[in-house]
Amino acid sequence: MGNEPFEEILMGNEAIVRAMVETGTKVVTSYPGSPTPEIAAAINSIPEEKRPFYFEFSVNEKVASEVAFGAAVNGNLSCVFFKSVGLNVALDTVVQFSLMNIIGGLVIVVGDDPGANSSQNEQDNRNVYHMARLTVFEPASPKEAYIYYKHAAELAKKEQTAAVLRLTTHVCHAREKIGFDKFNPPPLFRNDFNRDNGPYIPLTSTALEMKGKAIRKLKQAQRFARTKQLNTILFSDTNQGLGIITSGLTYLSVLDVLETTQTRPDILKLGMINPLDEQILIDFLSSHKQVLILEELDNILELQIKALAFDNGINTSIIGKVDDDDFIGEYTPDKTLKKLGTVWPELVLDPIYEDAEVFDVPARPAQMCPGCGHRSAFFAIKKALSASDITVADIGCHTLGFMPPYNIGEILMCMGASTGVASGLSLENSKRVVAFLGDSTFFHAGLPGIINAVFNRHDVTLIVMENGTTAMTGHQDHAGKSISIEALLNGLGIEQVLSCDTYNQERLTDLVRQSMAHKGLSVVIARHPCMLKLTRAQRKKPGYVQKHISIDQAACTRTHDCVGQFGCPTFIRNKDGRIDINLDLCIGDGSCRPSCPEQAVGFDKEEK
Amino acid sequence: MKTFNIYMTGVGGQGIGLLSQTLLRAIDYAGVKAIAVDTHGLAQRGGVVVSRIRCGEAVHSPLMMKKSADLVLGMEIHEAMRGLVTAGKEGGTLVFLDVSWQPLPVRLGQNEEITFEDILDACQTTGVIPIKVDIGHLKDSRMQNMALLGAIAGRKLIPYTEPHHFFNALDDLLAGRVLEENKRLFKEYMSR
Repeated sequence: MGNEPFEEILMGNEAIVRAMVETGTKVVTSYPGSPTPEIAAAINSIPEEKRPFYFEFSVNEKVASEVAFGAAVNGNLSCVFFKSVGLNVALDTVVQFSLMNIIGGLVIVVGDDPGANSSQNEQDNRNVYHMARLTVFEPASPKEAYIYYKHAAELAKKEQTAAVLRLTTHVCHAREKIGFDKFNPPPLFRNDFNRDNGPYIPLTSTALEMKGKAIRKLKQAQRFARTKQLNTILFSDTNQGLGIITSGLTYLSVLDVLETTQTRPDILKLGMINPLDEQILIDFLSSHKQVLILEELDNILELQIKALAFDNGINTSIIGKVDDDDFIGEYTPDKTLKKLGTVWPELVLDPIYEDAEVFDVPARPAQMCPGCGHRSAFFAIKKALSASDITVADIGCHTLGFMPPYNIGEILMCMGASTGVASGLSLENSKRVVAFLGDSTFFHAGLPGIINAVFNRHDVTLIVMENGTTAMTGHQDHAGKSISIEALLNGLGIEQVLSCDTYNQERLTDLVRQSMAHKGLSVVIARHPCMLKLTRAQRKKPGYVQKHISIDQAACTRTHDCVGQFGCPTFIRNKDGRIDINLDLCIGDGSCRPSCPEQAVGFDKEEK
Repeated sequence: MKTFNIYMTGVGGQGIGLLSQTLLRAIDYAGVKAIAVDTHGLAQRGGVVVSRIRCGEAVHSPLMMKKSADLVLGMEIHEAMRGLVTAGKEGGTLVFLDVSWQPLPVRLGQNEEITFEDILDACQTTGVIPIKVDIGHLKDSRMQNMALLGAIAGRKLIPYTEPHHFFNALDDLLAGRVLEENKRLFKEYMSR
């Protein structure tokens, strides 16, 4: 983290942190979520005493946005970052930003997830920015992510507003060599909040005045885009009157595809995707006979550009999305090749491969890790459930319980929704309803549903899967570090709050039975520390000896409860039915032992 | 130089991240322009991890087209098969570790485990050259990536990238005892 210019190979997520330092960003907040958690990892790699800004994991994206906003109206350049669906949680706050004079400037980094690599949908957040009247920068590569963050910070400060840096999964995670600038000593913390900088109370007529200001600021953003040449045209000698309008990673897919063609259309690459620079679009449309708009997910650019062409009497043929499939998934080079081949068949010479696979390779769904407390929990809870019970999942590692062999969790919505959904399901229902909730999610968005269930006397069993960390996204701390979930639930006046360690399987089965027999809301806290985190920490300690499980082959009668019911990935099923242990995977926790009716699963004798 | 694509695949926890970062840095030390990207969704939970490195001047997206990898690296036999079928280019090479981490359907008895013979068959059909790396005695699975790396460096499978470039890359990424152990293994597999 030197202050002289240098080159380094970095991921998009990491490059942004350098931009935070260079721009003098003073406050950064987040709630962990893929594809952005490596931003936090890069921040945490700078020792706190050397870090030139304040950083926190807030309890959810809404609070994170509020903390960053508060710091920014106090005169400090601030940044909040989170994943695609995090914007849904933050939205009540974020839609207000454009109304406010954010004197320090605020950058919102949102990692969208086309292809739903690690999210419950692939929502296109560009839909929101029009409503929220926010300026949006969209980089195509890690290098651009670094540069565009700096642009976003400059605009936000200059216009006293919030600006969005829109990333997508494979921009966040791409790596390339980037040249970085020097940075000046970090600015001091400001305490400049003054209501005269506002107005900051958007009520009655003020709200409408403030809206007018938001609209004017967006016009300034268009000018900014022109000054900084964020929207650029790549001209071609062989364009034959054809043009392509695109942005982000799709731009790079287009360039890849055009490496193989003889005719190359001109390309207008948009670096600022909201507001659109109307003039450059009008010029581009007018100077081509046919223009293809290539955009991932929704047809946001297409609708605006077609309207613009109509208003300006431009007769250029504009092609956008045609099939349903055009709205789905990432615009990878393959998908882009296919689309170009459909629109301009004479252009594309390369073969287009369909998805059909000649060889059948078994699927590899994500799994709970060896030793995971959730596995013991599901194995034990299943014994307390009957076939008619309804199980409601939530977001977290424990979502994976929906898969075989557990099949627990039949419906999943979003962060913290399980208790609410379960409450609705329980109304006038003879079936019993069991909801699951992780501990980080408990604090994030789980509490209102629980409080509602207490207040409205819903008849639900809630199982809190407490592993002491935000495990799915890479073990970030959460509020459970300072607040006891059990004490909090007792404080809410819930009549029955039970808890035990999930490795104590018999007891857990018993507690869930008790809980389900209870009328009203009853909670079971199924507790065990995340074993991935724990094992990693233990391995670093001197003198650590790796333990393993072994199978007593003489005692084994091949009931296959270990591999087929308990389902730890450590168990190997051989063709002849013999069970072995994968020593690469086994952590020797022994949580699998109760699964064997013959007691053939035990600790490895040599390492006992 | 002509575009050279590397497609790496394995299971979360196998150390494919370090493998990919080392390769990218080694290629950079060789003076070749390169970009990379990982796809790891929920890989920390035993899912599939894919990493790609694309080298050359005419490369733009870090993602590559199907069946365009000059080099497919498989850290695990099922994933080697998946990688080969998805990305293997005719005339390309598949280097894979003789390691099996059975995926769920195999453990549940619904699918058969992929075998070495299956890989050979698929390589014949797709016109890809198979190279199997035997890791027999390696105790720490987190260092299997060095066996693969050594096999690649020893056979000079990546244009312009020489063994000392790999050492430079490892020096950047690791330190202390871990660096020494990884280098020792790398050297051992390089000379096999």
